[in-house]
Amino acid sequence: MKSSVITFPGSNCDRDMDVALKKFGFKNKMVWHADAELPKSDLVVLPGGFSYGDYLRCGSMASKSKIMQSVINFANSGGMVMGICNGFQILVETGLVPGVLLRNKYLEFICKNVFVKINDKKNKYFKNVNNEVLEFHIAHNEGNYFCTNDQLKEIEDNNQIAINYCDENGKIEDQFNPNGSIKNIAGIFNKEKNVLGMMPHPERMIDTSLSGDDGSLFFKNLINNLK
Amino acid sequence: MKISVIITLKKDVLDPQGKVIHQTLDGMGFEDVNEVRQGKYFEIDTKETDNDKAKAKVEEMCKKLLANLVIENYKIIDPK
Repeated sequence: MKSSVITFPGSNCDRDMDVALKKFGFKNKMVWHADAELPKSDLVVLPGGFSYGDYLRCGSMASKSKIMQSVINFANSGGMVMGICNGFQILVETGLVPGVLLRNKYLEFICKNVFVKINDKKNKYFKNVNNEVLEFHIAHNEGNYFCTNDQLKEIEDNNQIAINYCDENGKIEDQFNPNGSIKNIAGIFNKEKNVLGMMPHPERMIDTSLSGDDGSLFFKNLINNLK
Repeated sequence: MKISVIITLKKDVLDPQGKVIHQTLDGMGFEDVNEVRQGKYFEIDTKETDNDKAKAKVEEMCKKLLANLVIENYKIIDPK
Protein backbone atom coordinates (compact mmCIF):
# COMPACT_ATOMS: atom_id res chain seq x y z
CA MET A 1 0.00 0.00 0.00
CA LYS A 2 1.29 3.41 -0.99
CA SER A 3 0.74 6.55 1.03
CA SER A 4 1.69 10.20 0.65
CA VAL A 5 2.11 12.74 3.41
CA ILE A 6 1.92 16.38 2.32
CA THR A 7 4.34 18.77 3.98
CA PHE A 8 3.28 22.41 4.13
CA PRO A 9 5.45 25.23 5.47
CA GLY A 10 4.76 24.92 9.19
CA SER A 11 3.69 21.26 9.26
CA ASN A 12 5.28 19.54 12.24
CA CYS A 13 3.61 16.16 12.51
CA ASP A 14 4.52 15.10 8.98
CA ARG A 15 7.53 13.03 10.02
CA ASP A 16 5.67 11.41 12.93
CA MET A 17 3.02 10.38 10.42
CA ASP A 18 5.72 9.05 8.08
CA VAL A 19 7.12 6.92 10.93
CA ALA A 20 3.66 5.62 11.84
CA LEU A 21 2.66 4.75 8.28
CA LYS A 22 5.94 2.95 7.59
CA LYS A 23 5.76 1.07 10.88
CA PHE A 24 2.51 -0.56 9.80
CA GLY A 25 3.54 -1.38 6.27
CA PHE A 26 2.79 1.63 4.08
CA LYS A 27 5.34 2.64 1.45
CA ASN A 28 5.22 6.32 2.26
CA LYS A 29 6.37 9.32 0.24
CA MET A 30 6.73 12.85 1.53
CA VAL A 31 5.23 15.36 -0.88
CA TRP A 32 6.05 19.08 -0.87
CA HIS A 33 3.11 21.49 -0.98
CA ALA A 34 4.43 23.32 -4.05
CA ASP A 35 4.45 20.13 -6.14
CA ALA A 36 1.62 19.90 -8.62
CA GLU A 37 1.38 16.16 -8.89
CA LEU A 38 0.50 13.57 -6.35
CA PRO A 39 2.45 10.30 -6.51
CA LYS A 40 0.29 7.22 -7.02
CA SER A 41 -1.25 6.69 -3.59
CA ASP A 42 -3.79 4.53 -1.80
CA LEU A 43 -3.91 7.05 1.03
CA VAL A 44 -3.06 10.75 1.25
CA VAL A 45 -2.47 12.32 4.65
CA LEU A 46 -2.59 16.00 5.54
CA PRO A 47 -0.56 16.13 8.75
CA GLY A 48 -0.81 18.25 11.88
CA GLY A 49 1.12 21.41 12.55
CA PHE A 50 0.74 25.12 11.98
CA SER A 51 0.75 25.53 8.21
CA TYR A 52 1.50 29.13 7.22
CA GLY A 53 1.61 30.06 10.90
CA ASP A 54 -2.18 29.70 11.14
CA TYR A 55 -2.44 33.07 9.36
CA LEU A 56 -5.92 34.35 8.45
CA ARG A 57 -7.70 31.16 9.58
CA CYS A 58 -6.04 27.84 10.42
CA GLY A 59 -5.58 25.85 7.23
CA SER A 60 -6.90 28.57 4.92
CA MET A 61 -3.61 29.27 3.12
CA ALA A 62 -2.60 25.62 2.86
CA SER A 63 -5.98 24.78 1.35
CA LYS A 64 -5.07 26.96 -1.65
CA SER A 65 -1.58 25.55 -2.19
CA LYS A 66 -0.59 23.94 -5.47
CA ILE A 67 -0.72 20.30 -4.38
CA MET A 68 -4.20 20.71 -2.90
CA GLN A 69 -5.90 20.80 -6.30
CA SER A 70 -4.49 17.32 -6.96
CA VAL A 71 -5.55 16.20 -3.48
CA ILE A 72 -9.08 17.55 -4.07
CA ASN A 73 -9.29 15.78 -7.45
CA PHE A 74 -7.99 12.58 -5.83
CA ALA A 75 -10.62 12.81 -3.07
CA ASN A 76 -13.41 13.59 -5.52
CA SER A 77 -12.54 10.49 -7.52
CA GLY A 78 -12.92 8.37 -4.38
CA GLY A 79 -9.31 8.43 -3.10
CA MET A 80 -8.69 8.05 0.63
CA VAL A 81 -7.68 11.37 2.20
CA MET A 82 -7.13 11.75 5.93
CA GLY A 83 -6.50 15.09 7.65
CA ILE A 84 -5.21 15.11 11.21
CA CYS A 85 -5.43 18.23 13.39
CA ASN A 86 -4.16 21.04 11.12
CA GLY A 87 -4.88 18.60 8.29
CA PHE A 88 -8.52 18.57 9.43
CA GLN A 89 -8.51 22.37 9.45
CA ILE A 90 -7.14 22.32 5.89
CA LEU A 91 -9.86 19.84 4.84
CA VAL A 92 -12.69 22.04 6.12
CA GLU A 93 -11.17 25.03 4.32
CA THR A 94 -11.20 23.09 1.02
CA GLY A 95 -14.83 22.20 1.62
CA LEU A 96 -14.10 18.47 1.27
CA VAL A 97 -15.68 17.99 4.70
CA PRO A 98 -18.40 20.30 6.07
CA GLY A 99 -18.10 22.78 8.94
CA VAL A 100 -15.25 24.78 10.45
CA LEU A 101 -12.91 24.58 13.44
CA LEU A 102 -13.15 27.54 15.77
CA ARG A 103 -10.95 28.62 18.63
CA ASN A 104 -11.31 26.29 21.65
CA LYS A 105 -14.17 27.34 23.89
CA TYR A 106 -12.00 28.29 26.88
CA LEU A 107 -9.27 29.89 24.76
CA GLU A 108 -6.64 27.41 25.91
CA PHE A 109 -4.25 25.34 23.87
CA ILE A 110 -5.18 21.79 24.85
CA CYS A 111 -2.55 19.07 24.91
CA LYS A 112 -3.68 15.80 26.48
CA ASN A 113 -4.92 12.29 25.90
CA VAL A 114 -8.61 11.90 25.18
CA PHE A 115 -11.02 9.07 24.58
CA VAL A 116 -13.09 8.99 21.42
CA LYS A 117 -16.02 6.79 20.54
CA ILE A 118 -16.27 5.42 17.03
CA ASN A 119 -19.64 6.48 15.68
CA ASP A 120 -19.56 4.75 12.33
CA LYS A 121 -17.74 1.63 11.19
CA LYS A 122 -19.17 1.37 7.70
CA ASN A 123 -16.06 2.91 6.21
CA LYS A 124 -12.48 1.96 5.40
CA TYR A 125 -11.03 3.87 8.34
CA PHE A 126 -12.81 2.13 11.20
CA LYS A 127 -14.23 -1.06 9.67
CA ASN A 128 -13.15 -4.09 11.72
CA VAL A 129 -11.79 -2.09 14.67
CA ASN A 130 -12.88 -4.23 17.60
CA ASN A 131 -12.85 -1.44 20.17
CA GLU A 132 -15.69 1.02 20.48
CA VAL A 133 -13.51 3.54 22.31
CA LEU A 134 -9.97 4.60 21.41
CA GLU A 135 -7.46 6.67 23.37
CA PHE A 136 -5.76 9.27 21.19
CA HIS A 137 -3.82 12.46 21.83
CA ILE A 138 -4.99 15.98 21.05
CA ALA A 139 -2.89 19.13 20.82
CA HIS A 140 -4.69 22.12 19.39
CA ASN A 141 -5.91 25.65 19.87
CA GLU A 142 -8.63 25.59 17.19
CA GLY A 143 -10.48 22.31 17.45
CA ASN A 144 -13.91 23.55 18.37
CA TYR A 145 -16.01 21.98 15.62
CA PHE A 146 -18.85 24.16 14.37
CA CYS A 147 -21.34 23.94 11.52
CA THR A 148 -24.72 25.40 10.62
CA ASN A 149 -27.91 23.67 11.77
CA ASP A 150 -28.63 22.63 8.19
CA GLN A 151 -25.15 21.14 7.86
CA LEU A 152 -25.52 19.33 11.17
CA LYS A 153 -28.77 17.79 10.05
CA GLU A 154 -27.15 16.62 6.83
CA ILE A 155 -24.11 15.27 8.69
CA GLU A 156 -26.33 13.31 11.05
CA ASP A 157 -28.68 12.09 8.34
CA ASN A 158 -25.72 10.74 6.37
CA ASN A 159 -24.00 9.36 9.47
CA GLN A 160 -20.92 11.46 8.74
CA ILE A 161 -19.75 11.81 12.34
CA ALA A 162 -16.66 9.61 12.63
CA ILE A 163 -15.71 9.97 16.30
CA ASN A 164 -16.98 11.84 19.37
CA TYR A 165 -15.11 12.86 22.52
CA CYS A 166 -16.21 10.63 25.40
CA ASP A 167 -15.01 9.07 28.64
CA GLU A 168 -13.15 5.76 28.82
CA ASN A 169 -16.45 3.88 28.80
CA GLY A 170 -17.72 5.64 25.70
CA LYS A 171 -20.11 8.00 27.44
CA ILE A 172 -20.52 11.09 25.25
CA GLU A 173 -21.23 14.01 27.59
CA ASP A 174 -20.48 17.69 27.85
CA GLN A 175 -17.93 17.17 30.61
CA PHE A 176 -15.79 15.04 28.26
CA ASN A 177 -15.85 17.68 25.54
CA PRO A 178 -12.40 19.31 25.68
CA ASN A 179 -12.93 22.20 23.27
CA GLY A 180 -16.62 23.04 22.88
CA SER A 181 -17.23 21.10 19.66
CA ILE A 182 -20.88 20.69 18.63
CA LYS A 183 -22.11 17.25 19.74
CA ASN A 184 -18.60 16.39 20.99
CA ILE A 185 -17.51 15.92 17.38
CA ALA A 186 -13.82 14.99 17.13
CA GLY A 187 -13.82 13.81 13.52
CA ILE A 188 -16.10 13.73 10.50
CA PHE A 189 -16.29 12.17 7.05
CA ASN A 190 -17.39 13.52 3.72
CA LYS A 191 -20.62 12.00 2.40
CA GLU A 192 -18.84 9.15 0.64
CA LYS A 193 -16.62 8.46 3.69
CA ASN A 194 -13.37 8.33 1.75
CA VAL A 195 -12.30 11.63 3.35
CA LEU A 196 -11.77 11.77 7.11
CA GLY A 197 -10.85 14.81 9.16
CA MET A 198 -10.13 14.49 12.87
CA MET A 199 -8.45 16.51 15.59
CA PRO A 200 -6.88 13.61 17.54
CA HIS A 201 -3.47 12.26 16.53
CA PRO A 202 -3.39 8.47 16.06
CA GLU A 203 0.28 8.74 15.03
CA ARG A 204 1.15 9.73 18.61
CA MET A 205 -0.20 6.44 19.94
CA ILE A 206 1.93 3.85 18.22
CA ASP A 207 4.57 3.02 20.80
CA THR A 208 3.67 1.40 24.13
CA SER A 209 6.88 2.62 25.76
CA LEU A 210 6.10 6.24 24.90
CA SER A 211 2.34 6.40 24.77
CA GLY A 212 -0.61 4.15 24.20
CA ASP A 213 -1.25 1.58 21.54
CA ASP A 214 -4.60 2.59 20.08
CA GLY A 215 -2.92 4.34 17.16
CA SER A 216 -1.27 1.02 16.28
CA LEU A 217 -4.71 -0.55 16.28
CA PHE A 218 -5.97 2.18 13.98
CA PHE A 219 -3.13 1.98 11.43
CA LYS A 220 -2.97 -1.85 11.38
CA ASN A 221 -6.66 -1.93 10.71
CA LEU A 222 -6.48 0.82 8.10
CA ILE A 223 -3.84 -0.89 5.97
CA ASN A 224 -5.78 -4.17 6.11
CA ASN A 225 -8.96 -2.39 5.01
CA LEU A 226 -7.12 -0.86 2.05
CA LYS A 227 -5.66 -4.16 0.80
CA MET B 1 -7.02 52.08 -5.52
CA LYS B 2 -7.46 51.03 -1.92
CA ILE B 3 -10.43 48.93 -0.92
CA SER B 4 -11.24 47.95 2.63
CA VAL B 5 -12.96 44.82 3.80
CA ILE B 6 -14.46 44.10 7.19
CA ILE B 7 -15.02 40.49 8.20
CA THR B 8 -17.34 39.79 11.09
CA LEU B 9 -18.51 36.59 12.74
CA LYS B 10 -22.10 35.63 11.99
CA LYS B 11 -24.64 36.24 14.71
CA ASP B 12 -24.94 32.70 16.06
CA VAL B 13 -21.23 31.88 16.06
CA LEU B 14 -19.62 31.79 19.47
CA ASP B 15 -16.86 34.39 19.83
CA PRO B 16 -14.81 33.45 22.89
CA GLN B 17 -12.26 36.19 22.23
CA GLY B 18 -14.96 38.85 22.06
CA LYS B 19 -16.36 37.48 25.29
CA VAL B 20 -13.04 37.76 27.11
CA ILE B 21 -12.51 41.29 25.78
CA HIS B 22 -15.99 42.15 27.09
CA GLN B 23 -15.14 40.71 30.52
CA THR B 24 -11.88 42.64 30.62
CA LEU B 25 -13.61 45.89 29.65
CA ASP B 26 -16.11 45.17 32.39
CA GLY B 27 -13.29 44.72 34.89
CA MET B 28 -11.75 48.01 33.76
CA GLY B 29 -14.92 49.83 34.64
CA PHE B 30 -16.59 49.99 31.22
CA GLU B 31 -19.77 48.53 32.62
CA ASP B 32 -22.19 49.73 29.92
CA VAL B 33 -21.03 47.26 27.29
CA ASN B 34 -23.69 44.78 26.16
CA GLU B 35 -21.53 42.66 23.92
CA VAL B 36 -18.20 42.65 22.07
CA ARG B 37 -17.65 40.81 18.80
CA GLN B 38 -14.18 40.62 17.33
CA GLY B 39 -13.60 40.81 13.57
CA LYS B 40 -10.94 41.42 10.93
CA TYR B 41 -10.10 44.40 8.75
CA PHE B 42 -8.24 44.27 5.43
CA GLU B 43 -6.89 47.06 3.26
CA ILE B 44 -6.32 45.92 -0.29
CA ASP B 45 -4.33 48.11 -2.64
CA THR B 46 -5.16 47.06 -6.20
CA LYS B 47 -3.92 48.11 -9.65
CA GLU B 48 -7.49 48.11 -10.93
CA THR B 49 -8.74 51.66 -11.57
CA ASP B 50 -12.39 50.92 -12.28
CA ASN B 51 -14.46 51.08 -9.10
CA ASP B 52 -17.00 48.40 -9.96
CA LYS B 53 -14.43 46.00 -11.36
CA ALA B 54 -12.23 46.42 -8.30
CA LYS B 55 -15.16 45.80 -5.99
CA ALA B 56 -16.16 42.69 -7.92
CA LYS B 57 -12.62 41.33 -7.68
CA VAL B 58 -12.46 41.99 -3.95
CA GLU B 59 -15.81 40.30 -3.52
CA GLU B 60 -14.38 37.23 -5.23
CA MET B 61 -11.37 37.38 -2.88
CA CYS B 62 -13.72 37.49 0.10
CA LYS B 63 -15.67 34.46 -1.07
CA LYS B 64 -12.60 32.44 -2.00
CA LEU B 65 -10.15 33.27 0.76
CA LEU B 66 -10.68 36.22 3.09
CA ALA B 67 -13.90 35.00 4.69
CA ASN B 68 -15.19 31.57 5.56
CA LEU B 69 -18.86 31.94 4.77
CA VAL B 70 -19.90 29.19 7.17
CA ILE B 71 -19.08 31.46 10.08
CA GLU B 72 -18.25 34.89 8.71
CA ASN B 73 -19.83 37.78 6.81
CA TYR B 74 -17.85 40.28 4.78
CA LYS B 75 -18.51 43.92 4.02
CA ILE B 76 -16.68 45.81 1.31
CA ILE B 77 -16.22 49.51 2.04
CA ASP B 78 -16.67 51.70 -1.03
CA PRO B 79 -13.30 52.84 -2.39
CA LYS B 80 -12.66 56.55 -2.21
